[in-house]
Amino acid sequence: MGFQHFRNVEICGIAACVPNNVEDNRLLDILGTGEQKFKFIETTGVVTRHVIGNQSICTSDLCLKAAEKLLNDLNWDKQEVDCLIFVSQTHDYIMPATSCILQKKLGLSDECFAIDISLGCSGWIYGISTIAALLQNGYFKKGLLLAGDTSSVTKSHKDKSTYPLFGDSGTVTAIQYKEGNDGLKVHTATDGNGFKAIIIPHGGFRTFYNSKSTQEIEFTDGTIRSNLHTFIDGPAVFTFGITKAPRSILGLLNYFEIDIQDIDYFILHQANKMLNEQIRKKLKLPISKVPYSLDEYGNTSSASIPLTMVTKLKKELENKPCKLVACGFGVGFSWGTIYFETDKIICPEVIKY
Amino acid sequence: MEEKFINDFIGKFKEALNAENKEINLNDKFRDYDEWDSLRYLSVISMLDSEFDVIIEPKEFQKIETIKELINEVYKKLK
Repeated sequence: MGFQHFRNVEICGIAACVPNNVEDNRLLDILGTGEQKFKFIETTGVVTRHVIGNQSICTSDLCLKAAEKLLNDLNWDKQEVDCLIFVSQTHDYIMPATSCILQKKLGLSDECFAIDISLGCSGWIYGISTIAALLQNGYFKKGLLLAGDTSSVTKSHKDKSTYPLFGDSGTVTAIQYKEGNDGLKVHTATDGNGFKAIIIPHGGFRTFYNSKSTQEIEFTDGTIRSNLHTFIDGPAVFTFGITKAPRSILGLLNYFEIDIQDIDYFILHQANKMLNEQIRKKLKLPISKVPYSLDEYGNTSSASIPLTMVTKLKKELENKPCKLVACGFGVGFSWGTIYFETDKIICPEVIKY
Repeated sequence: MEEKFINDFIGKFKEALNAENKEINLNDKFRDYDEWDSLRYLSVISMLDSEFDVIIEPKEFQKIETIKELINEVYKKLK
């Protein structure tokens, strides 16, 4: 069973950065007529998205900006950051690891532990679990989790089933060793059977980049994309999401004997409105406990949970203790849930790049 | 299978399609409906889950062609 309890750690701050450039799905031609646009927006819940557009901005740039702000607001000495984890599927280079570049750009100590994790929608859950595991013994005292994606770059602009859903964002979560703190309770799971359900077929080492990689192909559903674009099997992902996410949340609460009524907020990965609403209804949660950032920012991959916290729960996180459940699910398939408590954390306004 | 179940199912199917006034026959191939598209497909998956607590994996769903076959599959999974 994929349950773990990491004690002696606490989340002390979260910040998020998005590109300044906004795209509006109400003005997006590939969505069709006015009525078709309306139907798409009503079903998916995505009205606008912050995307990098023509600018040469990487996920790491967005994360860097968020991290600099948060370190400043936390008043952390950069030399004290013992570990940095970068969770993304839009890294700067095939190699080296982006976490190494970020260590230098942030001005962290040479004694810093730095790794990349390649996950998407479940990424924040896995990232926070990994960093908590590193910190729990007290050798490392402070850690930064940088998570996000520039998903707009990997989607075909001629694919109305993917492009209008995704926004770009980079986030940072600061976590530290604190003896006696109850820490995080985690459930994590994987089903590699679904690896083809969300995939960029070319450009890795299974099918290396070749002359055919950029060739645009027209598919029977009318979408046009190349093998360097993301393919998403909508029904497979949808079925996966409505089945696994509620089970993971209930499984975690049940395993650790946490009463669902005691939770202040449930922060779900922002996939799309129909999928998230289905999860919410299955868990019989009131809408007031399930914040959405999807309408304004779209699906922002591993940034969606921290971005939702920053944009929708800033006041609550800053001013009162909160009991939170966060659940991420997607590409892999990979999914997970964490339960954690915060006590007046640092949470600056969302930053525009 | 009771007629009530069939009528009930068709009503919910129409709601999922967002086509309450549509005439639906058991032998219809639902993918031929004007309303049918990828979003409505997700809406039907969602309806089956919330109204009948039934999940039909996409691979199985692909084999289903008519309304009648869909009702039979749901009914089979109910038991």
